[in-house]
Amino acid sequence: MAIRELDTLHRDEAVAKTRGTTRRSFLLKLGFLLNGIAAVSVSVPVLGYVLSSFRTNGPFKSWIPLGPLTDFPEKQTRLAKYQNPFTRPWDGPTADIPCWVRRMEGDKFQIFAINCTHLGCPVRWFQESHLFMCPCHGGAFYEDGSHASGPPPRELYEYQYKVENGQLWVFGGQLPTLGQPA
Amino acid sequence: MIERLRKLALWIDDRLDISKLFAATAGHTVPRRSGSWFYVFGSGTLLCFMVQIVTGICLALVYVPSTGQAYTSLEYLNYQQQFGWFLRAMHNWGSNFMVAIMLLHLTQVFLFGAFKYPREMTWISGVILLLCTLGMAFTGQILRFDQDAYWGLGIGAAMAGRVPYMGPAIVHMMLGGPIIAGETLSRFFTLHVFVIPGTILAIVSLHLRLVLSKGINEYPVPGNVVKKETYVEEYEAELKRDGVPFFPKAISKDLIFSAFVLMGIVACAAYFGPEGPHGVADPTLINSVPKPDFFFLWIYAVLSLLPDYMETVLILTVPFVVLGILFAVPFISNTGEKSPRRRPMAVLSVLLILAVLGVFNYLGTFAPWSPKMNAWTGVEIPATYLDHRSPLERQGALVFHSKQCINCHSVGGAGGLRGPSLDSVATRLTGDQLVRQVVQGSGNMPAYGKNLSPAEVAGLVAFMRTLHSPTESPARDTTQPEQAAIENSNPKAANQTRQ
Repeated sequence: MAIRELDTLHRDEAVAKTRGTTRRSFLLKLGFLLNGIAAVSVSVPVLGYVLSSFRTNGPFKSWIPLGPLTDFPEKQTRLAKYQNPFTRPWDGPTADIPCWVRRMEGDKFQIFAINCTHLGCPVRWFQESHLFMCPCHGGAFYEDGSHASGPPPRELYEYQYKVENGQLWVFGGQLPTLGQPA
Repeated sequence: MIERLRKLALWIDDRLDISKLFAATAGHTVPRRSGSWFYVFGSGTLLCFMVQIVTGICLALVYVPSTGQAYTSLEYLNYQQQFGWFLRAMHNWGSNFMVAIMLLHLTQVFLFGAFKYPREMTWISGVILLLCTLGMAFTGQILRFDQDAYWGLGIGAAMAGRVPYMGPAIVHMMLGGPIIAGETLSRFFTLHVFVIPGTILAIVSLHLRLVLSKGINEYPVPGNVVKKETYVEEYEAELKRDGVPFFPKAISKDLIFSAFVLMGIVACAAYFGPEGPHGVADPTLINSVPKPDFFFLWIYAVLSLLPDYMETVLILTVPFVVLGILFAVPFISNTGEKSPRRRPMAVLSVLLILAVLGVFNYLGTFAPWSPKMNAWTGVEIPATYLDHRSPLERQGALVFHSKQCINCHSVGGAGGLRGPSLDSVATRLTGDQLVRQVVQGSGNMPAYGKNLSPAEVAGLVAFMRTLHSPTESPARDTTQPEQAAIENSNPKAANQTRQ
C-alpha cells in the first residue's frame, strides 16, 4: 500500500514536471478557491450585521412633545423628560431622556441637553446662583447655556424646539457629542 | 486489584499521553534561581482569571443583560440568590486582584529585563493581555448597570465623539444606536462575556507556549549581558548546569502565593461585600455624581486637569502613544544588561510612572476639581466665622451659602475645593477687588453680576472682608492713604461704590 502511494507521489511529481498541474494540485487550488468563496459568503452578512451600527445618518431624531406650555413658567428653568424615539422593548429606565427647559418669555425657549459638553456627565441647574454645574470635572454654564468656567470646550448643547397647540416640542433622540451636537 | 488499577492507569496514560504532556509543560526544566518570590505574579494573574471565569459563569446564570432588567437581576443576586452577593463580591475582588497582580507582573518583568531577546513576543502578547484585562474591567463596570455605568458610557461616547470626521459613526457603533439604550448594554455584555475573554484565552495560550518554548527568564545577574549570538546557548547551558523541573522543584512559591491570592479574594469578598449597584441607571435621576472604578480614577483625574486647549488632541493621541511605547519596549532595549541594578533608567521610569499614577489616583478619589454639589445645603460655615459679626456680614454669609459659593469655595474646612479656600481671602483682595471678582468672575470663576443684587454683593463682600486671621490685617489699596484704605475696607463704603 505504502509503496503504491509512494509510486503515485513519484508519478505525480513526474507529471507535474511535465504538465505543470496535477489532479492533486488542482484539487488543492480548488479547495482554496471554494473556501474563499464560502468565507466571503459567510463574512458579508456577519460584517454587515456588525457594521450596520457604524453609521450616522438615519431618521433618529424626531419631534417629541415635552408637555403643555403651562408646565414651564416664564423666566424659569425646569427639568423635563421626553420619551426617546429610538426605542427597543427592553429599554427600561433608559427610555426617558432628561433635558433642561428654560422659558424666557412667551414662546421663546431654550432647551439644553443634560450632557455636559466636556465629557457628557449630567449637568445640574442651580436656581439660586443661575448656573448649571457639572459634577464630574467641574464645568459650569450660565443660565443661557454659555460657558462659565471649567474644562467644557463649548456652550451647552441646545435642542431645536417648536410650540404647537399649546404644547412644547423638542427635536431629540440622539446623544449629543462634540462631533454631532444635538 | 492494585495491579489492575495500575494497568488501567497506564492504559489511560498511554492513550491520552498525559505523562508526555506533563513532561513538556509542568515538568519542563527551568533555571533553579527562577523559582523565586519575584516570579509568582504571572501564575497569580492566571489564577485570578480562572476565578473570574468560574464566578462569571455563575453570575451569568442569573444576570439579565437588558437595560430594563439588569438592575433588578443584580439586586436579586445581592439579596435573594443564595451566595449571590458573595459571588458578585468575588467577581469584583477577583477583578481588582487581577489588575493589581498583573501590574506587579508587568513591573517585575520590566525590571528583570525579561522582555529582551528572544522573548519580545512574550512581552507583546502580555501587553495585549493587559489591554484585554483593562477592557474587561471597563466593560464589567458597564454590566453593573447603575448610574456610574450609564454616565460612564456617556463619558466614553463623549471621548469617542471627539474623533474628527469618524466621531459620530464611532459613537453610534459603540452605543449600538444614536443614544444609550437597549442595545448598548447587550453589546457590552457580548464584549465582556464572549469577545474579550475568548481573546484572552487565545493570547494566554500563546503567552504560556512562549514561556515554555523560549524558557522563563533567568534570574538577572549584574554583568550577565544578553548578546544575540550567544544568549540561547548560555541559557541552555544554565538549564543543564542548574536547571530543575518546574514541578515539583520550582512551583512551591507560586503555590503559596496563589493560595494567598485566593484567600485574599475570598476574605475581601466576605468582608467588603459586593460593589453596588449604585442607583438605577435612569438618566432622569440627574443627582448623580458619576465616578469610575479604582483603576480608572487616574484617567478621571487627568481629564479634569488637562488644559482644555490640548484636551482633544491628548485624549485622541496619548493612548496610542502609550500603547506604542509599551509595544516598542523590547525593541528599544533588545539586548544588554538585564539586572535592575545596572538599569537605573528602567528603575527610575517605574518609580516615576508609579508616582504619577499614584498621585492622579489619589486626586481622583476626592476630586478637588468638582464643585460639591450639595455643600450649600449640606455643610455649615463654622460658628466662629459668624461670632461678633455685623448683621450685614452675617447676611453675606447667608448669601455665601444660598448662592452656592460654598459649593466651590471652602470656609473653615467646609465646602468645595474647586476654587481657592477663602479662609484668608481678605488678606489677598481689597473690597473693590472682591466686588470685581464676584461681579465679573475671572479665570475659572463664573461672573455673578446678573444673579446678585447690589445688596447681596455688599453683604457677601462684607463677609469676605472678615475672612482673615486675627494676626493679619486685611489687604488695602496701597495707592490710597492708610486712613482711606480702612474706609475702603468698610463694607458700607464698598456698597456705596457699587451703587
